[in-house]
Amino acid sequence: MNSLAKKLLDGREGAVSLALLAAIILIVLPLLLDPFRIGLVGKYITYAFVAVSLVLLWGHGGILSLGQGMFFGLGGYAMAMFLKLEASDPISTKIQTTPGIPDFMDWNQITAIPWFWQPFQSLTLTLLAILLVPTFFAFIIGYAMFKRRVGGVYFAIITQAITLILSILIIGQQGYTGGVNGITDLKTLLGWDIRTDSARYVLYYLNALLLIGCIMLSHYILSSKFGMMLLAMRDKEERVRFSGYDVANFKIFIFCVSAMISAIGGAMFTLQVGFMSPSFVGIVPSIEMVIFAAVGGRMSLIGAVYGTLLVSFGKTMFSETYPELWLFLMGGLFIAVVMFFPNGLAGVYNKYKNKIGFLRRLSESDKETPTVAAPVPANSVTAKPQGETA
Amino acid sequence: MFGYSLSEVGNIFVMQGFSGLSLFSVLLLMALGLAVIFGQMGVINMAHGEFMAIGAYTTVLLSNIAVSYDFVQSYFVFAIIAAFIVAFIIGYLVEYGLIRHLYKRPLDTLLATWGLSLIMQQIFRSIFGAKEVSATLPDWLLGSFKLTPNIDIPINGVFVMVLTLIVTGGVFVFMYRSRWGLRMRATVQNRVMAGAVGINTKRVDRVTFALGCGIAGVAGAAFTTIASTGPTTGSLYIVDSFMVVVLGGTASLIGTIASAFGIAQTQSILQFFMTSSMGKVATLLTIVVIFMMRPEGLFSSKVRK
Amino acid sequence: MSNTDFVLAIEDLTVSFDGFKAVDNLTMYIDKNELRVVIGPNGAGKTTVLDLICGKTKSSSGSIKFKNLELTKLREHEIVRAGVGRKFQTPSIYENLTVYQNLEVSYPIGRSVWGSLTFKRTEAVTSRVQQVAEEILLQDMLDTESALLSHGQKQWLEIGMLLMQDPELMLLDEPVAGMSAKERDQTADLLNRICKNRSVVVIEHDMEFVKKIAHKVTVLHQGKILAEGTMDKVQADEKVIEVYLGH
Repeated sequence: MNSLAKKLLDGREGAVSLALLAAIILIVLPLLLDPFRIGLVGKYITYAFVAVSLVLLWGHGGILSLGQGMFFGLGGYAMAMFLKLEASDPISTKIQTTPGIPDFMDWNQITAIPWFWQPFQSLTLTLLAILLVPTFFAFIIGYAMFKRRVGGVYFAIITQAITLILSILIIGQQGYTGGVNGITDLKTLLGWDIRTDSARYVLYYLNALLLIGCIMLSHYILSSKFGMMLLAMRDKEERVRFSGYDVANFKIFIFCVSAMISAIGGAMFTLQVGFMSPSFVGIVPSIEMVIFAAVGGRMSLIGAVYGTLLVSFGKTMFSETYPELWLFLMGGLFIAVVMFFPNGLAGVYNKYKNKIGFLRRLSESDKETPTVAAPVPANSVTAKPQGETA
Repeated sequence: MFGYSLSEVGNIFVMQGFSGLSLFSVLLLMALGLAVIFGQMGVINMAHGEFMAIGAYTTVLLSNIAVSYDFVQSYFVFAIIAAFIVAFIIGYLVEYGLIRHLYKRPLDTLLATWGLSLIMQQIFRSIFGAKEVSATLPDWLLGSFKLTPNIDIPINGVFVMVLTLIVTGGVFVFMYRSRWGLRMRATVQNRVMAGAVGINTKRVDRVTFALGCGIAGVAGAAFTTIASTGPTTGSLYIVDSFMVVVLGGTASLIGTIASAFGIAQTQSILQFFMTSSMGKVATLLTIVVIFMMRPEGLFSSKVRK
Repeated sequence: MSNTDFVLAIEDLTVSFDGFKAVDNLTMYIDKNELRVVIGPNGAGKTTVLDLICGKTKSSSGSIKFKNLELTKLREHEIVRAGVGRKFQTPSIYENLTVYQNLEVSYPIGRSVWGSLTFKRTEAVTSRVQQVAEEILLQDMLDTESALLSHGQKQWLEIGMLLMQDPELMLLDEPVAGMSAKERDQTADLLNRICKNRSVVVIEHDMEFVKKIAHKVTVLHQGKILAEGTMDKVQADEKVIEVYLGH
């Protein structure tokens, strides 16, 4: 396997896992499920972006952010603003007091599109905003925190506070943001109707492919020296600093990457589901996305996707039939994962995979070959015995 | 300013100041409990708000009993004590069952205690229902008195303040003047040595955690004089309490008090002049910015890193 | 006095913690390719001096010049990149990485975000790792997970990680603590070899070991220099004898 492929796919074992995931979400699920359910799964896949971002930031970087919702929301609202402006053309809104502006602005006696909405009339600017605004936000926060060596619990709480600030702001400024109801009634993307069943499928595939792309990008980052240093910083920050690394820069970078990935998820959410609201921005959704990553495996990018799908399925199923039970279950899930399964499903898989012949051979074929010493023949007396992990 | 005369503004400040004081009192009690736990064990308890709710619900329960057995005028003080005890015991059990397994992992403790808060909220919902409930307050807590012809001071606000002062004083005495407090401080400063001289650090941790929860319970009892209680009441003050601890540091009691006072007053005043949500946003934003400029908190002393 | 000849020039260095002066108006000069050993009773301020040089602690006043570069103004990683390497009292290596990886991580290329994302393991890197590994006697253990090394080997690995950076000043805090007699001899040889190309400051308590390596010895006591000179001179100094054996 050539080295670029190795980096993007995380070795042979990683390639197989990714292929399996791709097969499930690209082939199996669309065959099994009706359009409505595919839309649901598409929604879950957008959450998975955030879970993946947390694998980078939290699992590998050791930085717990309880506010990824803010980046999800920034991306989502950017896309929503573009789509809303498109849906608010003067003809469809001619019954409004002021035609040509979004309905909620009209209800709040606003008579012109505010200046910060203007850029979202262009798709290019919107796409740029989705990628750059959350990243910039993350840069500011990261710079202020990491350069001052703020980490751990304090950082988590501050991100929680910031996401709360953002959600209160959005809810409070009804006229400009649609308030607690969010931005709804989105219809078309450059003329293409996003509400039809076929659109749902197209967006689903776009979603899934983008997610796979983000996973490959993350693999690349993690398999480079940067990834190794990130792990080293997580466990021994001082040592890394004294090896000549500016630790803050590394943390800021990974925080920005995680913000960007979450934002892409948010934007896809708006497209897939057709609206955006502050209930995806605040404290509760942010921490739910942490549990997705925790259940799937905070160290495993692919595990995080499975975790998201599983917990989201569970939530949809349970909260309809047994809503009270669901909250108990979710609370219990937090506790159980932390106490008994710190590496989530992926951790359980890793523990038992060596019992299954071909899985063990697959993972061993990825182990780094001796770097400098000459290879030792297997039947030589001096060869070290292959450790059989239980 | 803002269309009010100068004396009116003065009166507004005083009255807002007092309403800020009720908020300040509850916030301070919550933050005290949090600071005690965080300072001792580096653990942030996301379910802290639910312990406050435990105290509030205990008070409501006792209030219902008091109404049935007709001792409404006198039950309240017992309720406060009961709130403390119930929250203390449950906190003790939680530490034993959950927290003590997670000491070296503060981030995981955040998540586990969040899960705990979900479970606790659901328990409240199942037992007490989803609607909010109120305690029947004794007559002497109701109404207000006139400080001057233009200024009305609510009595419950004063009561809560006095209660807070008593509890704060109690915590001070306990931490700095009692045997147990000495053990607690020793464990915080040098856990290994404290263990080596025979202090049962695990017991100390357990009692500390329970104490923090107990104080939150008292906050809950105080809270019933201000508003009604529901399953999600705990989450009302939790972020603010975190902010108080973050800003004030855990090193000194003065820091916690000053921090709580500052935040509560800022929020009250800002909320009067702006809308309620913008006032909250402005307060939180100010705190975050201050923290970013001075991450060691406003009151910590320089310690050898 | 011109400082250009000295590799390290510490002048009037003071640091106080809440009034307690851990280092008190210290003045010390280290030559090129000198191996200086700093000894002294516990609490004398030895580790604090190293902390001050490498930037772990900020001084209250005074100056530390490394090849005429003022270190008190720089941050830790900048001091490292300037050519100062620090080894800590307890072995501080990356336990879950192999010996090879530990050394490679310390290679002075690819230490920025971009550099580490694009870092490629070239022939130059591999051969340097091999070279350093031979110096620290770990060339046969390159693929061993470093958590499995003996205590002494971990100390050598950490020294090796410093050597990868090719520093001009190395600061070693109790490098032979916990080592067997044979390992101490090997370490003495190692240090005598590496100081041919750089200056080394060592904190140690084992006097036999100190004798084997020191060019010059500085005795610290209560944050100040009590005596300075060759080992024999210092051991005969009355003040030193009193502090170590007296009252």
